[in-house]
Amino acid sequence: MVSNFISRGFTGKRRQPEAANRVPPGQYVTPDFPVLSAGPTPRTPLDQWTFAIEGLVREPVKWSWTEFLQLPAQSFVVDIHCVTKWSKLDTHWGGVSIDTLFEHIDLEPNAMYVTAFCDGGYTTNMPLVDIINGRSFIAYRYDGEPLPAEHGGPARLVVPHLYFWKSAKWIRGLRLTEKDKPGFWESLGYNNHGDPWKEERYW
Amino acid sequence: MKRILEWQIATVKSIRQETPKTKTFTLSLPNWVRHKPGQHYDVRLTAPDSYQAQRSYSIASEPERSGEIDLTVERIEDGEVSSYVHEVLVVGDQIELRGPIGGYFVWEASMGGPILLVAGGSGVVPLMSMIRHRAAVGSTVPMQLLYSSRTPEDVIYSDELMRLQYSQNGLGIIITFTRQSPSGWNGYKRRIDVPMLREVAGPLGNIAQAYVCGPTLMVEAVANGLLQIGLGSNQIRTERFGPTGSIG
Repeated sequence: MVSNFISRGFTGKRRQPEAANRVPPGQYVTPDFPVLSAGPTPRTPLDQWTFAIEGLVREPVKWSWTEFLQLPAQSFVVDIHCVTKWSKLDTHWGGVSIDTLFEHIDLEPNAMYVTAFCDGGYTTNMPLVDIINGRSFIAYRYDGEPLPAEHGGPARLVVPHLYFWKSAKWIRGLRLTEKDKPGFWESLGYNNHGDPWKEERYW
Repeated sequence: MKRILEWQIATVKSIRQETPKTKTFTLSLPNWVRHKPGQHYDVRLTAPDSYQAQRSYSIASEPERSGEIDLTVERIEDGEVSSYVHEVLVVGDQIELRGPIGGYFVWEASMGGPILLVAGGSGVVPLMSMIRHRAAVGSTVPMQLLYSSRTPEDVIYSDELMRLQYSQNGLGIIITFTRQSPSGWNGYKRRIDVPMLREVAGPLGNIAQAYVCGPTLMVEAVANGLLQIGLGSNQIRTERFGPTGSIG
């Protein structure tokens, strides 16, 4: 309907054209790391921090901070895309692959969806297939340093192929469910799935 | 409640220079939808070769003004979209946008109060929509705005804020200057800190709902300060913008 519209006098800055095929539609590349969250930054003491996998699993598991750090860790270099339009290329993270965590559980056959739950009450939801087979990880380091609290430390989920609100900050666990349950932003007008390459920003 | 957000082509009805760095664009919308104060629109620019750039801008106007919205845009150094709307866009031009967007950082008079608004720089824009809405519906919900600005010339909506403060019962406007204050100024002249939050928020009591909008570091500091003076995290809504400086 409005696809032929042209903005009079607009040519664009087109920075970093070599990265164009790595930047989804409507996004721009920023060298900064903006912070986006709905409320104050929670600060949970590490000796009270745990990470749980619960819901439709045979045996729920829970790790303390010390135990979590002993899980096999990996480095990840990924591009991230925020629904507020910024993308950041080649971000460096350290943490544990979700696949590694899932080696410690047995999924019930009807486990189809996952809800990430966090300090501060934040939740976000996605199909199970979006976080397994190398598609996501729990990060506790960024650029070689402990992950700062404002960026989700001590630990956050990173799901690089979905908009970054799915990469829940201050994560405390994953809950496996049979039915999909919209999370915080998903209940407030944002897309339930959030694929940046399909521009699934809003309802 | 579900509704597909369609792009629409608005027409620039008027442009007002608010401060050296900010302009307000009044846009007429063919498919205007009543917004909630605090929401934003996405603006999309398209070049002749189909190259596109998008940014989100907060709505400054009250939802009671139907058919049009005000977007106040700060010109960002080297900004792709903000420099276009500041330097190229003129009255009568068309611009593509969609909205309103956002369901959490919103306030309507029916939600009650008391309300504490804390702004840093152009973070005042979505809060101005709340202030204008409160005045438009004749609400008497107690509302305090604490507005941190670098210099007097950077204060957006200063005349209107002063006028509303005198004409609206229960509305308080408190400005703090962080770099340069007017001569003879006996108000705050520092960054927002815990004692300042205690003084400003104190009269609202511990049931106040807070809306904090501004640069990331300022929002972090204010949200933490509000927790320190006794507000619960479920009473604090934040909206952050701008670079943080790279971390690590």
